[in-house]
Amino acid sequence: MPAVSKGDGMRGLAVFISDIRNCKSKEAEIKRINKELANIRSKFKGDKALDGYSKKKYVCKLLFIFLLGHDIDFGHMEAVNLLSSNKYTEKQIGYLFISVLVNSNSELIRLINNAIKNDLASRNPTFMCLALHCIANVGSREMGEAFAADIPRILVAGDSMDSVKQSAALCLLRLYKASPDLVPMGEWTARVVHLLNDQHMGVVTAAVSLITCLCKKNPDDFKTCISLAVSRLSRIVSSASTDLQDYTYYFVPAPWLSVKLLRLLQCYPPPEDAAVKGRLVECLETVLNKAQEPPKSKKVQHSNAKNAILFETISLIIHYDSEPNLLVRACNQLGQFLQHRETNLRYLALESMCTLASSEFSHEAVKTHIDTVINALKTERDVSVRQRAADLLYAMCDRSNAKQIVSEMLRYLETADYAIREEIVLKVAILAEKYAVDYSWYVDTILNLIRIAGDYVSEEVWYRVLQIVTNRDDVQGYAAKTVFEALQAPACHENMVKVGGYILGEFGNLIAGDPRSSPPVQFSLLHSKFHLCSVATRALLLSTYIKFINLFPETKATIQGVLRAGSQLRNADVELQQRAVEYLTLSSVASTDVLATVLEEMPPFPERESSILAKLKRKKGPGAGSALDDGRRDPSSNDINGGVEPTPSTVSTPSPSADLLGLRAAPPPAAPPATSGAGNLLVDVFSDGPAAQPSLGPTPEEAFLSELEPPAPESPMALLADPAPAADPGPEDIGPPIPEADELLNKFVCKNNGVLFENQLLQIGVKSEFRQNLGRMYLFYGNKTSVQFQNFSPTVVHPGDLQTHILPLAVQTKRVAAQVDGGAQVQQVLNIECLRDFLTPPLLSVRFRYGGAPQSLTLKLPVTINKFFQPTEMAAQDFFQRWKQLSLPQQEAQKIFKANHPMDAEVTKAKLLGFGSALLDNVDPNPENFVGAGIIQTKALQVGCLLRLEPNAQAQMYRLTLRTSKEPVSRHLCELLAQQF
Amino acid sequence: MIKFFLMVNKQGQTRLAKYYEHVEINKRTVLETEVIKSCLSRSNEQCSFIEFKDFKLICRRYAALLIVVGVNDTENEMAIYEFIHNFVEVLDEYFSRVSELDVSFFKAVSQVFLSTWQSTGVVLIRFYF
Repeated sequence: MPAVSKGDGMRGLAVFISDIRNCKSKEAEIKRINKELANIRSKFKGDKALDGYSKKKYVCKLLFIFLLGHDIDFGHMEAVNLLSSNKYTEKQIGYLFISVLVNSNSELIRLINNAIKNDLASRNPTFMCLALHCIANVGSREMGEAFAADIPRILVAGDSMDSVKQSAALCLLRLYKASPDLVPMGEWTARVVHLLNDQHMGVVTAAVSLITCLCKKNPDDFKTCISLAVSRLSRIVSSASTDLQDYTYYFVPAPWLSVKLLRLLQCYPPPEDAAVKGRLVECLETVLNKAQEPPKSKKVQHSNAKNAILFETISLIIHYDSEPNLLVRACNQLGQFLQHRETNLRYLALESMCTLASSEFSHEAVKTHIDTVINALKTERDVSVRQRAADLLYAMCDRSNAKQIVSEMLRYLETADYAIREEIVLKVAILAEKYAVDYSWYVDTILNLIRIAGDYVSEEVWYRVLQIVTNRDDVQGYAAKTVFEALQAPACHENMVKVGGYILGEFGNLIAGDPRSSPPVQFSLLHSKFHLCSVATRALLLSTYIKFINLFPETKATIQGVLRAGSQLRNADVELQQRAVEYLTLSSVASTDVLATVLEEMPPFPERESSILAKLKRKKGPGAGSALDDGRRDPSSNDINGGVEPTPSTVSTPSPSADLLGLRAAPPPAAPPATSGAGNLLVDVFSDGPAAQPSLGPTPEEAFLSELEPPAPESPMALLADPAPAADPGPEDIGPPIPEADELLNKFVCKNNGVLFENQLLQIGVKSEFRQNLGRMYLFYGNKTSVQFQNFSPTVVHPGDLQTHILPLAVQTKRVAAQVDGGAQVQQVLNIECLRDFLTPPLLSVRFRYGGAPQSLTLKLPVTINKFFQPTEMAAQDFFQRWKQLSLPQQEAQKIFKANHPMDAEVTKAKLLGFGSALLDNVDPNPENFVGAGIIQTKALQVGCLLRLEPNAQAQMYRLTLRTSKEPVSRHLCELLAQQF
Repeated sequence: MIKFFLMVNKQGQTRLAKYYEHVEINKRTVLETEVIKSCLSRSNEQCSFIEFKDFKLICRRYAALLIVVGVNDTENEMAIYEFIHNFVEVLDEYFSRVSELDVSFFKAVSQVFLSTWQSTGVVLIRFYF
């Protein structure tokens, strides 16, 4: 095929390019270009029609000028004209220009689309390819809209040339990625899968890429690709190195296609078909075997291509995670690479092994390489390889090797690159906590971490060690001793001071017995660091000091001296100043008992997921760059907490120093609103004290809290007061039924008349009768007071109607008088029709005003499904026959329950009759048992119903069995009836 | 998936850039500068794969020319590494001995090569034109 190369017949272009190259200065270049632009413009505008060749030449020049970085504002039309040329080179330059310089000029786009359409329909494969490439290169939404529907057709057409199919597949892929909604799925998808069988390897390669992308969205549509991909892969893998001719790369048959096929298979679980699976496993084994064979070429390209396939094979094996044999072989193969002289291979081996470590089958095999990996961590010269080694160590860590791995990582940390220090710190912290057998090791590790890489120890890490020390009695003494020793180092990291301050403030008493760490020594050690620390740390230390006053009364005078010092009491920082003033007053005003309560040891922290782990997960996420410094250097969080402690809002760990005093845990003795205990307590104490600083209001933190407070208690109230939205069918609000509603309802399951409800104001009586699926109910509302009820309005609503939109019950009510005089009674008639079976009874809502106060009450109307029972008499034989007919498990509902009432046969009989069924004598062989039958009548259908009740007088138990043709009815009846005995 | 393809000379000038994902022009310059900086500073002993933000760079050096491919997590590094070589071989064959100037001179042609060849990350082994 022809191609544009080095001016190829376009002498003018070659001359122009060499002119440009010979330009000595930028100015000369611009001058030459301007001259050329003027020339081209005049040619394009000239009267003489240009021939195809000249047009091509000038468009080429324009393109070159554009690529040199100059703007082009004409020539588009000429380029579009070139599209309709019949000469390949002219058409090609036209498409090239458009691909590079396309703009969304609507006029042009229409012309371009037209030209493309013609070329697509031309049946000339070269032209079709050019058009497809142009669509793919531009890839805009407009192009997609114009052609997305045509391309699948070209792709699967039987008469398309290979090169066209290939281009169509790639073009479609591009359009699908740009705007998936434009590519219609249809019957072509099934035929695309069969392109995997195509003779032409280029078509197969393009098709695999397309299918891999499409199947991610609709895996089921492309499921058939598994077996085709496996057989294609098997043919490639087992072919001799020369079989595939053009597609053999340095004696490796179709390496990129193999990689793509292996990747496609990773979109699916292992093949279900045993034959396909067997063939695939065979392929994978062949690849692993080939890795051991001597190379067919010494060229690096050969081994690179081979290894590309090998690594993809291993990722497929890891993806399946089901073949222990293959997993272990993969691990051994990677083990060989760990010591390979090629850095690239070592890197990839470490990376793959990291995923292998998480498989239960290969975890042990990975662990055998620990020494090599540790060695890599120490000796690798490339930081990315070292990082992979650190990752792998983290992944292979378990209880058996945790101590070794953690100590190696700590050692590495001393020399580690700054870029990965924070991650290593997090990893060490997590491993130390996760696999700690004894907590003194854990404390040592974390303190070492702070010592070695204090700057990289985030808040989460040192919060966590404090939480663990606080929660575990057995390690507190050790922790106090260790931090005390660590603090003696002449230069120690501020994080160490924070941890030290907190731990000594809590548990300093545990080491106070030793004269070397007596209270004054502890205090002066901490205080020697004080002046070098940031405000946050100093604030924390002040809290430690006040805790010291409680722990060690002998230090009180010294500490009060420190607090009283002008540098504290008049500190420019409001937080420090406030702490100094309040602590000083607290220490002088409060009695020892109060101090002991207020400054009690911190209660254990509730167990929660390690926040460090959460942080590592975040770091691993896509936004790793920004996650590096969230919170820690976030100035806004400082503002919120008034500089107490930069607590990142995203972290759930409570800031230990904010809570250091434990004041929130202590009950506030005299604070009227028991909301912000700490603040009020301090303010109360403070008001008795000397000269109050006028500037001292509630701290910003408290102000922040109190602003948040008001809505909180209101919201549950509001919820209660508001009707549940589901039970709100119309303009009239219906509240939830009163708590006793269910109990009241139960009383009426087996009887039709009685008092439904009664309180000091109102009595509601019920009288009802039911026949078949119809019922009439009289409700009597009695005013028990001597005052008139106003706006009296009872309404009936069926809660089921909102969910199903089908009313199971039709209830007609008549309005009643809006006023009910004192002592009077009004009557309301309800006509009820049962349309279909239902489970929940209607609600009766009564609203009225009594003495000006609105009253409302919601009850369940005593209409249950059994009211529509029609008793049916039948002989024993019929009963058993029907009983057997209803033998499906879901048709039966059974309940065994304890008797709540005395077991009287006559009462039981009455209840069963009241329930509505007929009682059948001489059916059950045991005369103690009751057997009943009936039909539930609804307008839509009738539900036959059989029941059997077996009392066990000895155990005071009943067994109730119901069989109906409808499952929910069986269950519901069974539940209703069971509550009656 | 391939995100972008860069050809850079020893001085760090971009000679060819092809993006397969939309990146704004002004962001491209910043990105290219960063990418080139981290690739050019590497020695031969270092591995050719660099983790860069949330994707990976795969780079290969040819005398005065450096080729960098940016890929996302799911790409096979070794296959891309070798693909770079294959691409250079094809250019070499086409231009009879490829040099930096050829690439810049025929930038447009290379563009077409690339897009035809592995539009959206597809690798075809042999050319058909």
